[in-house]
Amino acid sequence: MLASQLDNNLTVYVQDDPTFPASISHRIDDTSLEFSYRNAIEIVPTLIRLKNDSENESRIFGWDKQQWQEFTGIENLGAELIDFKPGCGSKTQDPGMDELLALKYGNQQFSARRVDLAESEDIMEACFERGWSDGLPVVPPTTVRVMRMLSGTDRNADEMLGNIPPDNIPCTIEKLAINAVMAGCKPEYFPVVIASVEAALQDRFCMHGLLCTTYFSAPVMVINGPVSKQIGMNSGVNALGQGNRANATIGRALQLVVRNVGGGIPGGIDRATMGNPGKYSYCFAEDESDSNWNSLAMDRGYERGDSVISLFAGGGLQAIIDQQSREPESLAKSMAASLRGVAHTKLFGMVDAILVISPEHRRVYREGGWSKADVKQALYEELMTPGTELVRGANDIAEGMPEKFRDIVLNKFQEDGLHIVSAGGTAGMFSAIIDGWAASGSLGSQIVSQKIL
Amino acid sequence: MTSQTTLLDPTAELMPVERQLLPRLSELAGATIGLLDISKPRGKEFLDEIEKHLLKLGARVKRYTKPTFARVAPTELSQQISVECDAVIEGLAD
Repeated sequence: MLASQLDNNLTVYVQDDPTFPASISHRIDDTSLEFSYRNAIEIVPTLIRLKNDSENESRIFGWDKQQWQEFTGIENLGAELIDFKPGCGSKTQDPGMDELLALKYGNQQFSARRVDLAESEDIMEACFERGWSDGLPVVPPTTVRVMRMLSGTDRNADEMLGNIPPDNIPCTIEKLAINAVMAGCKPEYFPVVIASVEAALQDRFCMHGLLCTTYFSAPVMVINGPVSKQIGMNSGVNALGQGNRANATIGRALQLVVRNVGGGIPGGIDRATMGNPGKYSYCFAEDESDSNWNSLAMDRGYERGDSVISLFAGGGLQAIIDQQSREPESLAKSMAASLRGVAHTKLFGMVDAILVISPEHRRVYREGGWSKADVKQALYEELMTPGTELVRGANDIAEGMPEKFRDIVLNKFQEDGLHIVSAGGTAGMFSAIIDGWAASGSLGSQIVSQKIL
Repeated sequence: MTSQTTLLDPTAELMPVERQLLPRLSELAGATIGLLDISKPRGKEFLDEIEKHLLKLGARVKRYTKPTFARVAPTELSQQISVECDAVIEGLAD
């Protein structure tokens, strides 16, 4: 009826079966979904009245008999049909379809060079052979995957983040998205990845030196705030280990950017004597379940509700076993004794550290009425040491502090050099030390934080 | 694979897209050169001649033979050559 009343003025675009409805002559096959995509169709049917001189285009959706009759001005339109059917989702709204259509018909243009693989090439092997991998398989960065990654942020693909060391190559959001795809990130992780690069590019982090060093260190990431739960990060059992996609891939994305964009290749500019396994990825969330215990981000001036990433130039993991202390004083002395071992027991004021305190050790402090500030103060006092015990030659060990420190009382850590983070499973009276870079401090690398937006 | 795959370059794009040759040897004197006979007729004669020239230039020469020209070299042979030699010359075709 609609077709006969409107004569040649009705055109029907069909998304699935182009032979339907057979009774209508002005049928256009839109199985490619180009028209539907370009006209932002979300529901079928959508009835569009094109604009004329006096009014703009208007639309109605689904089937509401009265609405269709008023919209078309045909009083008895569909009189024999039921009053209301809500319609269905347009095929343009199918999962994953939006990015595919945006690639075909949208405005997204990629700046990155396109690499066409030969038909005989295995895609995974091709990525290895071009040197894009850290040694593990990467997710091939196809255009649609990069498009999906970019959907994880509101920032423009061509926005410049800064120059990536060591080659100081300008890096765009798009280039970062390509590497985040390869690292295995989901689009919802992308804001954290962006913040990680922004943090790494802060001058005080000294990413260039950290990449070049012969020392073990590499970026260690600690995530605070609501984002860690939103993207399902692990702060509990095995938090510093394998098995969580966000933990594993966010840290890896930064490493791949430094490799692929910055040119930081092991054996090239990366001169690490041994490196450490965290150079694949070293990223975990802090356990913030105890509202009386300040998080690392709060120590660094942020609010509990802020999502923040902190980067620390760190290396391996040293265990602290203490299954006997039930009083905070004993546990603090115990931890301090272990912290003396960072880098070398006789090197003081030189190498920073993160102390990762487990839930069971945190319980000892809580039950003893200690706050995190109390723990820090006790560790500070325990770690004051006369220079006579530390100078070169003392205790028959040639390594140590220069002779000029003999008559000075030194602390193991420089100011703002010891950071405390909570993580780990609820069973085990074990904590851990992540030791810092030998060039910790204002002349080398200092911990940096960046809000995740 | 039925359709061509296109990837986006994750690098600084300072190098051509095409895969690059490994760095060439700067000199032959003192280098160990593998001569690989792929088992086609007259390969031996060709490589004998190459060997004479290489020895004159001060290179060391090691000889290898593929079991059959119809197949790629066995992994063990490729690995042996890569460990023992600085470069390899294959006697292709007959």
